[in-house]
Amino acid sequence: MTVTRREALGLAVGGAAALTTLRFTAPAFAAGNAVEDAIVEFTGGAKPGSGDITIGAPEIAENGNTVPIEVSAPGAASIMLLAAGNPSPGVATFHFSALSGAQEAKTRIRLAKTQDIVAIAKMPDGSAIMTKRSVKVTIGGCGG
Amino acid sequence: MAKVKPRVKVPKKASVNEVVTIKTLISHPMESGQRKDKKTGETIPRKIINKFAASFNGEPVFMADIEPSVSANPYIEFQMRIPESGAVRFEWTDDDGSVYDMEKKITVA
Amino acid sequence: MKRTVSILAGGLLFGALSTAALADDGRELVIDGETIATTAVPADDHPLDELISGWRFRSAETQALQMDDFENPAFVAIEYAEELWETPAGKSNQSCADCHGDADNFTGLRTKLPRWNDEMGKPATMEMLINASIETHQGAEPWKWESAEMLAMTALIGLQSRGMPVAMKTDGPIADWVKKGEELYYTRVGLLNMACANCHEDNYGNMIRADHLSQGQINGFPVYRLKWGGLGSIHRRFKGCMDQVRAEPYKRGSDEFIALEAYVTSRGMGLSVETPSVRN
Repeated sequence: MTVTRREALGLAVGGAAALTTLRFTAPAFAAGNAVEDAIVEFTGGAKPGSGDITIGAPEIAENGNTVPIEVSAPGAASIMLLAAGNPSPGVATFHFSALSGAQEAKTRIRLAKTQDIVAIAKMPDGSAIMTKRSVKVTIGGCGG
Repeated sequence: MAKVKPRVKVPKKASVNEVVTIKTLISHPMESGQRKDKKTGETIPRKIINKFAASFNGEPVFMADIEPSVSANPYIEFQMRIPESGAVRFEWTDDDGSVYDMEKKITVA
Repeated sequence: MKRTVSILAGGLLFGALSTAALADDGRELVIDGETIATTAVPADDHPLDELISGWRFRSAETQALQMDDFENPAFVAIEYAEELWETPAGKSNQSCADCHGDADNFTGLRTKLPRWNDEMGKPATMEMLINASIETHQGAEPWKWESAEMLAMTALIGLQSRGMPVAMKTDGPIADWVKKGEELYYTRVGLLNMACANCHEDNYGNMIRADHLSQGQINGFPVYRLKWGGLGSIHRRFKGCMDQVRAEPYKRGSDEFIALEAYVTSRGMGLSVETPSVRN
């Protein structure tokens, strides 16, 4: 059997796509609306602007099951993290207090595919700021 | 793991108002409610840790609302200011209503 | 059907997309201030020119998880095993600790396994030794190979040897088993007609689709795999590889896998024990 590199790539991509759909048949991937709805609910309608908010994440995640993420927004009351490409976009919302040493948190999250991570911070004055970061999720060559 | 077990890393000592890093992890499958049983084809019901809270001498320090997109064995790290000697209390709430907790003392020198 | 196709294409791809040998630039594995060697010089007759731990093939984020015993999620299992260690069980109502004292009395054991066992008439792996003790000393029900208890206990006992070089004995009665394992290692199996060696000897360092192929060293087992979201045994990993080449896998604890474990261990002689390691 001879398969050219191009054919092999096509097969691999097709197969990978089939795998992805197989695994997440029930709900469709979160539509943009689900992300917007979550943001509106979180901010109470305040339109998030840009500001001092950062997401730390690997550019490429070796496995989508466990992706280390950190988020920081100095002065924030709470920060919501969304994974725009997951079946449902909610990841976690962190709430800070007077005893918080810094308005930041680290966790590990699941990413179903390559997508944007969105972080929205609610400030004590009711305003909101937002940032995004893209994380590539590779589909491994070997399972096991 | 067979059992749900929390783990935390908290310094035993701190100076007044020092900011310390608190690391927490709880063994839990975080069943997302998206997976299907390979044998029966039925959806495995969601069962996750949906809330984490840390308090210090009864005052809230840090809280997290958690969704199924957080990985199995959820890991949460945050920063805390230590105003005085006392105990940090950690609570994880499961979908089934169970609450797992742990307490660690910190002495201010 | 489509799934098979993707795996097939993956198999063909690793040749096409070969890139640099390692993901890192000589990063060092340091845990709690202690450096653990991730390379070793093989014996003269070894088929490989250098021995490289699987840790070196992983991304910086995955590597970091193994560099801190709190961030390493396998340590929840270690704590569980510490409880099991103290818990009396079986007819004897004795705990591991009652006979063996502290777990650190087993420092170095992991480096010597598998090891020939006269009573069993075959090489004993860590799992087999633990179950023998549970049955004969405690008079309790043995643990399943891949049970939470077994994984936790093999991790705890393995941890006592962390940083020590793998140094199993390959002569004497175990030699035949090592040889049998070697045959298995080079025998092509499954629909994809591939042997262990095709990936882990001929193509380590190359990409298999988006994944970096390692040498398939087993010095860090049981391993916490991000994909599994938990610990897994050496035999689970062997089974996974066989599934991927579309072969009928042997059973955990089978003579074939014991032989393969003996041979693959011997290929990593000199590498440091990393139990419990973290991989993708």
